[in-house]
Amino acid sequence: MTIQFNDETFRDDYTFRNSDWAIDRFPFPFHEDSYMYAVNMEQHRGGPDGSVYEKRFDVDEHYVAEMRDRAMVLADDPLRCQSLPHMTLAGWDLLELIMVSKSEDYPDLFELHRDGDRWRWVNKPMGIDDSFTFMDETTLPYGPMEYITRQTQGDFCVLDQREDNLWMDAGIVTTQADWSLDFDIGMNFFEWHAPVPLAHEKGIFVRALKFLLNIQQGAPARRLNWTMTVNPLLDTSPENYHKWGVQKTTLTPENIGEKQHLRVELQTFFRLPRSNALVFPIRCYLCSFQDLMTKPKWGRRLHRVVRDLPEELATYKGFIDNRPMMLDYLSKFDDGLPTSPGVFPDTETEPPLQT
Amino acid sequence: MSKFEFPPAIKSRPVYGTLEARPGKHHLMIADAEGAEAILAIATPELMANTHIIYIPRGTDYADKLRALNPVQFYEGPSYAASVTRIQRTLERSHMGLQIYLAGTEGLMGQAQNEAMKAGFPFNAIQTEHRGSIARRMQCVHCKGITEDVEIDPFVCSHCGLNLFVRDHYSRRLAAYQGVCIDAEDPGNVPPSKGIYE
Ligand code: HEM
Repeated sequence: MTIQFNDETFRDDYTFRNSDWAIDRFPFPFHEDSYMYAVNMEQHRGGPDGSVYEKRFDVDEHYVAEMRDRAMVLADDPLRCQSLPHMTLAGWDLLELIMVSKSEDYPDLFELHRDGDRWRWVNKPMGIDDSFTFMDETTLPYGPMEYITRQTQGDFCVLDQREDNLWMDAGIVTTQADWSLDFDIGMNFFEWHAPVPLAHEKGIFVRALKFLLNIQQGAPARRLNWTMTVNPLLDTSPENYHKWGVQKTTLTPENIGEKQHLRVELQTFFRLPRSNALVFPIRCYLCSFQDLMTKPKWGRRLHRVVRDLPEELATYKGFIDNRPMMLDYLSKFDDGLPTSPGVFPDTETEPPLQT
Repeated sequence: MSKFEFPPAIKSRPVYGTLEARPGKHHLMIADAEGAEAILAIATPELMANTHIIYIPRGTDYADKLRALNPVQFYEGPSYAASVTRIQRTLERSHMGLQIYLAGTEGLMGQAQNEAMKAGFPFNAIQTEHRGSIARRMQCVHCKGITEDVEIDPFVCSHCGLNLFVRDHYSRRLAAYQGVCIDAEDPGNVPPSKGIYE
């Protein structure tokens, strides 16, 4: 299908909206009626037609607007994109992976023409047509990682692998769930995960790291993570928390359906060929509560998950104060009927809300 | 003086040990304030014959005692900032195999450790021992300014003036803990400050 790109904002007047298509394919993260941290990883080998899992790098109706938002964040704060000196090769690896994947997966939107190391990249939605020399930084307007990720939805961490650990030695981070690349750069897997509650004690990070260290080229993996965001604000950074934090207090029973968003991250893991680095794209999807409630199964389930979520997790995810108001709203969409297993909305088979 | 027992903490926080004299031809000891005690505790004439001490007294009176140990080289600096180029130069000129000993406040140890790692010394060539003040070196996540020697939580960023709470999340690259605005969701509602471990 051809994608109609939205002209929308993720700040100030918040004109961001999901079309019915985007709601149908929203990566609802709960496969059952409760949630706890787990080593929830699987192969990233496609998924149902039209789903966000189908392509290696999903492109959707928010693409152009998200890239505009990223450019604004970077103009305000260049520290959101950093690469330690030894990570340039991994940047080229990443540029190649994305250009090849997108031109193969979306031939109507992206073209890559290669003649030895003379490359031409055409990005139609963004109106870009650039020729450059692969592996020659002087022929691009930015470093290779920054160049390609200014044209790709989602944050990116590029991890150097050494000493049986992963090191966050490069990244571009403008749509994060409240963590700072500038602070975390140079840290290893256990250090940057230090603030996460409960998961260390459950041995989750030890097992997850083992899995990641063994990811092979051509066999990417994926997982989902989620949190809550008031207003469709992409840049929920700690850097700007003193500006956006107050928005959390603007929820009312009247506006919560529209303002409160479930924020889901589709996280993928790819081994890079030359550098042996691992790239970790973190793609953020937002969906308002009222749009989620159009799927009866998601309404029932979201209520149960939010209600039963351990306090440590609700605190860490930053919505403990708003939880009671969320539950008042969500309980109206939970009639107590059982839900089908799995994340998909199953609209054909799940009964409508009983009132 | 008894040593402070840090409570158990998250995985990005550094853990400090107790200095011990290690075999080696060259030793570099960098300390501030009560960190001098950790050096005095392991000093022997043999060790000192191969030791360079860089010391920042910060209002204490240990400098003479350290000088009396007769290290091959002794430098007394007025502040870390004033001493850092000397530390860098010393590290650059040193051979691998140098044994590095850091003692005193977290801010001193963190910054000096950073210099040593940047100069290519492996983690296991660097020993640390905390002594003295438990104040923290804090980075304001908002303006990125560093406030040294923070003893209370919350505190006011010395650069941008925001009220910040003291996190345990620690960056070795910055040699600093993270400070985050405490009244973002309720501007002006700042609880009274307490000592960091109180
Ligand atoms: C190498 C790739 C990865 C990177 C770069 C990464 C990065 C991060 C970061 C920066 C945070 C925020 C920590 C904070 O509060 O400051 C986080 C949270 C978290 N990470 Fe990862 N992570 C990676 C892989 C994984 C994997 C494989 C798992 C598997 C279990 C995982 C589980 C989690 C969990 C459970 C949280 C808490 C999220 C929440 O409750 O919202 N991470 N990660």
